Amino acid sequence: MGRYLPYMAFGLLIVLLVCIGLFADRFVLYLTMRVMLLSIFALGYNLLLGRTGLLSFGHAAFYAAGSYGMALFYLHINPDPLLGILAGVGLAVVASLVIGFFCVRHTEIYFAMLTLAFGMMVFSLIWNLRDITGGDDGLVGIGRNPLLGFSIAKDSQYYFLVVFFFALTVWIIHRIRSSPFGLVLAGISENHQRASFAGISIKSYRLAAFVISGAFAGLAGSLGAMLESNSDPFSAHWTHSAEPVLVSLIGGLHTFSGPIVGSVLFVVLREIIERFTQNWMLWLGIILLVIIMGFRGGAMGSAEQYLARWGRKFREESAS
Amino acid sequence: MLESLIHVCLAGLSKGMFIWLVASGLTLIFGVLGVLNFAHGSFYMLGAYFCYTLLSMFSDNFWLGLALGPLCVCAVGFVVERFFLRYVYHLHLPYQLLLTFAFVIIFDNLVKILWGGGSIGSPTVTGMAGSVSIAGRLFPTYSLFIMAVGPLVALGLWLMLEKTWAGRIIRAASSDREMASALGVRVPALYTGVFVFGTWLGAMGGGLAVPYVGLLTPGMGEGIIIDAFVVAVIGGLGSLKGAFLGALIIGLLSSFGTRFIPSFDMFLIFILMAGVLLWRPQGFFGEAS
Repeated sequence: MGRYLPYMAFGLLIVLLVCIGLFADRFVLYLTMRVMLLSIFALGYNLLLGRTGLLSFGHAAFYAAGSYGMALFYLHINPDPLLGILAGVGLAVVASLVIGFFCVRHTEIYFAMLTLAFGMMVFSLIWNLRDITGGDDGLVGIGRNPLLGFSIAKDSQYYFLVVFFFALTVWIIHRIRSSPFGLVLAGISENHQRASFAGISIKSYRLAAFVISGAFAGLAGSLGAMLESNSDPFSAHWTHSAEPVLVSLIGGLHTFSGPIVGSVLFVVLREIIERFTQNWMLWLGIILLVIIMGFRGGAMGSAEQYLARWGRKFREESAS
Repeated sequence: MLESLIHVCLAGLSKGMFIWLVASGLTLIFGVLGVLNFAHGSFYMLGAYFCYTLLSMFSDNFWLGLALGPLCVCAVGFVVERFFLRYVYHLHLPYQLLLTFAFVIIFDNLVKILWGGGSIGSPTVTGMAGSVSIAGRLFPTYSLFIMAVGPLVALGLWLMLEKTWAGRIIRAASSDREMASALGVRVPALYTGVFVFGTWLGAMGGGLAVPYVGLLTPGMGEGIIIDAFVVAVIGGLGSLKGAFLGALIIGLLSSFGTRFIPSFDMFLIFILMAGVLLWRPQGFFGEAS
């Protein structure tokens, strides 16, 4: 029973998403798409943070690489959406390969500072190369052409493309986490000396995790560019890099579903709180404070702990 | 041409000294507590807003505001360290950084609620409002004043750390926490003290920024904290000497960059930061690990 639980949860999630796509109104559709994009970004990111133990402040650069890669490809080369996404992800992979090559030489605070430096380099390039990137205006007018004969121009149609990529991301990340490769990553984060004595090339594994997380950031970026029909220079700013960290933390750093649950909570809470006050960010700060001070497992980690305690109590009672 | 170069240098030096005022507190806190404090930019912002408020509400005397404003921010710093930061020292790096980041978000919004989201024009300082003529061009007097304050703060910090009893204890605790604690130093109290002192330095930077930057905005801490990070990294995390030199380098580089290659001034700074991290991660004056 326990073995099939993740698959059942995954199936239920997809059914729920399809139902939302068929019956919900435009506003809910848009919010759900934002949740899914944030989840894709955070799921990839958490492979690096939760699994490998590296805190990056530069992943907004790869999100922006996806977004601008998609936009430039659409505007100058070919308006096909699938090729555009491929171009966006491709650019993000190249960028994360180059940047990652330098960054994985360090860990801890030096890694965080190095990714911050490279991320801000990308931001400054986007900001200043007006002729290519549009500077502070960004790139506008990204349309949604038919994909393999199906129209995706309307939000209600585009939604299913996002669901497809979301499901693909969940599946791939789950496979990676439970693969030998994913276990090595966890081993490195646990004790990197021991891992290197076991003959593992730590840098290559870290670089691989870096590039994979960069690729998913790029996927989220290119899908985001199509959703909003523009590319925003501030998507490369370091403050945007904090978003997947916050989401993973809210949902639970060391769980697989943490980033997804965190994204849902993040977007839904924002909508609810913004109904009542203008100070959503203030509440976000307070929520973060509470999580870091008291519930470091995040929503899923705390829920797991609670369930485990409850299950133990239940077993003890039925045994006596 | 020469006059222009002199002025680029002067602007760079004053900018560098200005960043140093903020980076000194950040570096001191990292050197002793081992925490990279994102909220340091918020203390800078709070310092600026408190000084501004004291200035506009009670008196026209800038110096009184500068003396009292940062003290109010110290109370905020005390609360942050004593009731929050103290409990995450033993945790992994992400939790520490995110805790200070949570405070950045909270303080930015509190400032927005209390002072409004728009920018506020700042007053000028009596006696330093004008400019002096240097090499045939006008240079703001207040910038010269900042250039004088920077080295004075550096000298003061050096004297305090090297020549006083308190400084010796701080150095002891930062080089070996357990040993200092075994010899009877109350390390937790010392940490609180150093954090509050670092906060005061950051808030002083903010107070001095009131006439310097011209406008106060709720996001002003986020810009300066990245500059301060760059400076702290270039000089070697935790090294005050390095931070001073790093601030001079960054000030001059950004001033020359803005003058000669304006599109890439920001890029230059971050490429220098990445280069130092790769080539000499301990910075110019940090100890090799």
